[in-house]
Amino acid sequence: MAVSVHFSAELRMLTGGIASLELDAATVRSLIRQLDERYPGIGERLTTTGMAIAIDGDIVADALFEDLPDGAEVHFLPALSGG
Amino acid sequence: MSIADDPATDAPGYKWVGSRPIRPDGFDKVTGRAKFGADHYLPGMLEGHTVRSPHAHARIVSIDTSAAERVPGVKAVVTGADFPAVEGDAMARNVPHNSIARDKVLYEGHLVAAVAATSREAAKAGAEAVVVEYEVLPHVLTAAEATAEGAPLLHDDMITNGIDPAPEQPSNIYQRNILARGDLDKGFADADVVVEREFITKPVHQGYIEPQACVADTTPDGHTTLWVSSQGHFAMRDFSAQVLGWDITRVKAIAAEIGGGFGGKTVTYLEPIAIKLSAKAGRPVKMVMTRAEVLKATGPTSGSRMRVKMGARGDGKFTAAEIVLEFEAGGYPGSPVMPAAMTCLAPYDLENFSVEGFDIVVNKPRSAAYRAPGGPISSFAVESVVDMVAEELGMDPIDLRLTNAAVEGTQAPYGPKLPRIGMVETLEAVRDHPHYSAQLGPNQGRGVATGFWFNAGMNSSVVVHVNPDGTATVVTGSPDIGGSRASMALFAAEELGIDMELIRPVVADTETVGFNDVTGGSRVTHATGAAVVEACRLIVADLRARAAKTWDVDIDEVEWVDGQAQKTDGSEAPLSLKDIAGKWDRSGGPISAAFTHNARGAGPAFSTQVCDVEVDPDTGVVTVVRYTTAQDAGRAIHPSYVEGQFQGGVVQGIGWALNEEYVYGDDGRLQNASFLDYRIPVTSDMPMIDTILVEVPNPAHPYGVRGVGEVGIVPPLAAVANAVYQATGKRFTELPINPIRILEATMGE
Amino acid sequence: MSRTHVNCVINGDEIDFLTSDGESLLNALRDEVGLTGTKEGCGTGDCGACSVLLDGALVCSCLVFAPEAEGSTIVTVEGLADGDHLNTLQQTFLEGAALQCGVCTPGFLIAAQALLDKNPDPTETEVRYALAGNLCRCTGYDKIVRSVLDAATQMRETTGA
Repeated sequence: MAVSVHFSAELRMLTGGIASLELDAATVRSLIRQLDERYPGIGERLTTTGMAIAIDGDIVADALFEDLPDGAEVHFLPALSGG
Repeated sequence: MSIADDPATDAPGYKWVGSRPIRPDGFDKVTGRAKFGADHYLPGMLEGHTVRSPHAHARIVSIDTSAAERVPGVKAVVTGADFPAVEGDAMARNVPHNSIARDKVLYEGHLVAAVAATSREAAKAGAEAVVVEYEVLPHVLTAAEATAEGAPLLHDDMITNGIDPAPEQPSNIYQRNILARGDLDKGFADADVVVEREFITKPVHQGYIEPQACVADTTPDGHTTLWVSSQGHFAMRDFSAQVLGWDITRVKAIAAEIGGGFGGKTVTYLEPIAIKLSAKAGRPVKMVMTRAEVLKATGPTSGSRMRVKMGARGDGKFTAAEIVLEFEAGGYPGSPVMPAAMTCLAPYDLENFSVEGFDIVVNKPRSAAYRAPGGPISSFAVESVVDMVAEELGMDPIDLRLTNAAVEGTQAPYGPKLPRIGMVETLEAVRDHPHYSAQLGPNQGRGVATGFWFNAGMNSSVVVHVNPDGTATVVTGSPDIGGSRASMALFAAEELGIDMELIRPVVADTETVGFNDVTGGSRVTHATGAAVVEACRLIVADLRARAAKTWDVDIDEVEWVDGQAQKTDGSEAPLSLKDIAGKWDRSGGPISAAFTHNARGAGPAFSTQVCDVEVDPDTGVVTVVRYTTAQDAGRAIHPSYVEGQFQGGVVQGIGWALNEEYVYGDDGRLQNASFLDYRIPVTSDMPMIDTILVEVPNPAHPYGVRGVGEVGIVPPLAAVANAVYQATGKRFTELPINPIRILEATMGE
Repeated sequence: MSRTHVNCVINGDEIDFLTSDGESLLNALRDEVGLTGTKEGCGTGDCGACSVLLDGALVCSCLVFAPEAEGSTIVTVEGLADGDHLNTLQQTFLEGAALQCGVCTPGFLIAAQALLDKNPDPTETEVRYALAGNLCRCTGYDKIVRSVLDAATQMRETTGA
């Protein structure tokens, strides 16, 4: 399951400036695990600081167990609620 | 109403969805029977009273409660020492220390102690007898003061996040955020027109009419029942348990009716304090805020300083935007600067941009969510600059926005590609409305602005029961702040195929239904609604299975049509929901279904608005003479309440644009802590607010719903300011645009 | 603490209650008489949520001392309906979706009743000024004003005026 991952300007501080990359991952959890191997510390940032994930434009909170369809485009963004 | 006079007529064959029945809780709310936060009374109940800081910034040297405890009738006194210590940074301290101060007070009104007594008078006397010794510290009130060289620090340990490498010295900046894409230099080099301006906004309050109120009844074994007016009784339970250091099961929260929230009732203030007082006194305790407390110690949303620079080609295409947002968080971090950054350019397809945001603590009340948090503030700046670009280019402001409009597939500034959205549709709806081409009178001007809001999904749990008489009970845990019981009943009626009057929607307590996130983020009709739909579909599957067994056929031979099971070949007389429900005990037991939902796909919402103002050249008074708002609702479930959300958001935004602001003295104290001096719009200030219901269905919701609660407040600030510009020739970049500012700008001409 | 005994007629019933001299009529209605339909939004007469009719006059009950109610006739929101039969304003407020959270609604209904008692055929502007002492933060006032105008029309048709 190849998915493309895109990092915000902020997360790029943790990826050494890399803006996007492709990985094989079937779930968000697996994706984050692989990212953390490449960029130690990013896993904690992505799972403990109120992050949400957009999978093909669809924003999901608490998304750790979400499945990733083949070819999915994944963006990490701050979790938002609203008034 | 150019898009649809009545959405029910173009809804795809719905019987209930899109209709306008009387809300299920309506009778109680027009007869005075509905119980809001302060309307609960228990035998032996005590009254609470608070002790609050008179200083904007001070160290608490000592608190002596002994005299207060001797006041006749006083049964309990609490201070910060009664609550567990907090480990961690300023964000970790946010909820517990904002609930009750420990070593420092960070704003005027910060809670320091509380008293419970047998009467209001005794509680007040007790509170006045609490002796607090303060060491007053210098304070900072604005982003500029807080970030100045040598500024006094609110939190000694606060190192700015989001800067690489991390600063070595603490400051009042909690966080720096950046959203960026493309090449700014190239973008501005390609521009034929560049506009740059600085903007200032002041803190404004949500202004709900019902002050915070709760009743806590704690038993000697340490369990409490909490009646609370809030946007989320689960959140009140969890925050209270956090502040108290209790297990969550020790707090049972019951949702009172809520008298407005707009984001301000998503966080705890009085609840853990009332619980602790009740525990100490062994009696129920009621706490109700005064209006002055509401204004000094709850809400508001941030004041800001913003710089926006935008470039465009001669044909109108935006080439670049560079934005810096400095937001005042109040005493603890957590301003809405991030959503402000993410929303302000979202209406547009833009290749090169940078939006930098700073979350800055100041000695004002901790900010709380306010309807599309941050969006109105940053959009005021961006939509004002867009108006200036249109003028420089000699383009119609709607045409300019259409030239740059985000559509399905546009990459949003916050990252992902946008799904199906209605930005263009709202622009076209306003452009084609008679209002947009109507003649203006003398001293009048017309302004346009547009706005975006994400909308939220988040978690909802529901249970649907079918009763033996053919009625159904729909149990949710989402407090009904503006008619959501009606939407839930309409969904259930549509799915089950029975009359809405046969459905009883209820908001259950925290022990009776699974977890529900707050009624906020415009999420309830979307997320809780979808959960109700799914639970009803489980019910229908169960009813079909029972009919199939009754007829001894496969379930595939049974359809559910108009509230009854029909055999596909028509060989059996249909069985109604009532027929099946009446035999529940002989067909498999109770008929009930639960559904829990982590909702995704909360379709983004857009609103475009046009405002006509008339400016009195002698008094400087701005009157809104005509207003039209077009908003994409996806699908309006109860159109009257959808229109009401559009209209309510607009009028809050008009108040923000023209009159509302927190006014501080040099002493750091709020000078207008009453509804007389913090003046929200009244009936005679407003015209009718015309609504255009745009329905671009959200593909991620079974009925196409997009949240409607928030986006309506995003455009008005700039729509009003742009109209005032056209009427006066003066560009106002600081809010509110009150008569003093108008006269200062226009005098001497 | 000595308390004052107050006798009055509330919503057609003879009522008596004890109150402190400094207590507001609002608190007495809510705490002593148990009529919690009348709400406190500000306690300073600025929001109208506590509106009641005192001898036919529209007042903010938070600005009236409870002992001043001695011998008076008071109408609160609980007194508008006749049993399970809503009055015209209550009905048009529901049909017109003139409430969202509903906490200001009791005050608006009382203030609108006071208006229509005096002026059965108000213009939109007259409605807006008559209700300018009542704050609503949810609705933007549009549907409230329309519902009051609807009620006025219906009441005139019923009375043949």
